[in-house]
Amino acid sequence: MSWQPRRGGAEVALSPLLAPVHLLVATKTSFESSVENPTIEHETRSDEAVDLPWQVVVHNDPVNLMSYVTMVFQKVFGFPREKAERHMLEVHQKGRSIVWSGLRERGELYVQQLHGYLLLATIERVG
Amino acid sequence: MEFRSTEDQLEISELDPFLAELLRQIPASTKTECVPAAEQRLFSAPADPIERELCAEWKLYVQPELRRLFGTATDTVASDLQQLNENERPFANCTLQIPHEHAAAWLSALNQARLVIAAKYNFTEKELCDHYRSPIGSRRDLSLFQVNFYGFLQEFILRELESG
Repeated sequence: MSWQPRRGGAEVALSPLLAPVHLLVATKTSFESSVENPTIEHETRSDEAVDLPWQVVVHNDPVNLMSYVTMVFQKVFGFPREKAERHMLEVHQKGRSIVWSGLRERGELYVQQLHGYLLLATIERVG
Repeated sequence: MEFRSTEDQLEISELDPFLAELLRQIPASTKTECVPAAEQRLFSAPADPIERELCAEWKLYVQPELRRLFGTATDTVASDLQQLNENERPFANCTLQIPHEHAAAWLSALNQARLVIAAKYNFTEKELCDHYRSPIGSRRDLSLFQVNFYGFLQEFILRELESG
């Protein structure tokens, strides 16, 4: 598959707690006044940490066979059979199941794969 | 009709002419033209419409790729189905052999066909669970039978893949 989805980090509304750059100012105490300038350390969070709140949801579909949906979950997410069946049953009984959460970019790829298997799947922001 | 799996292929033998004809209909049944509901189902939105940019990019980049993927699977199935046209006696039972490496294409094409037919006739979940309805009666009944027959084939392929 040639398509590479765009990074979506810039679109995520950031809470102050998730701000990408943290300045850690290690000021020296008055007892260490021999050091003229305080050390300034920059701790940069990666884009990935910023771009966290997305989830892949699979929706119920009366046509797709239960065994087929289970097989798809195993193939796409590498779930063991029991976990795949648990998600399949959740889709069947509750109408939807969150099968994955994390970065938007990877979530889009999972949705693309699920659509390739003809499952009804969407990517959503968490919360 | 009998199913068996050998080392390198799945085999459906004793296919009567009616079921063989339903199989021949698989590629045609995957076509979404003139069935907007089917087009919508096969190429569903990746996110809530509020994610406008994501949905627009999806249409532009992903949908053509999915269309190509589905088309490749259908072509493989259509090529396997040529075997059904080689029968010298037109009304005799026949045999279809599906190489193991075509199993994924068959699962996809059967699924496409089932989804398109179900969207076209807007079958309810209750109808889809009615495995005993006779195909004789109306075009709708025949199509429901077709969906369930294709589902039965999918189950067979899945079971064989699992045990293999």
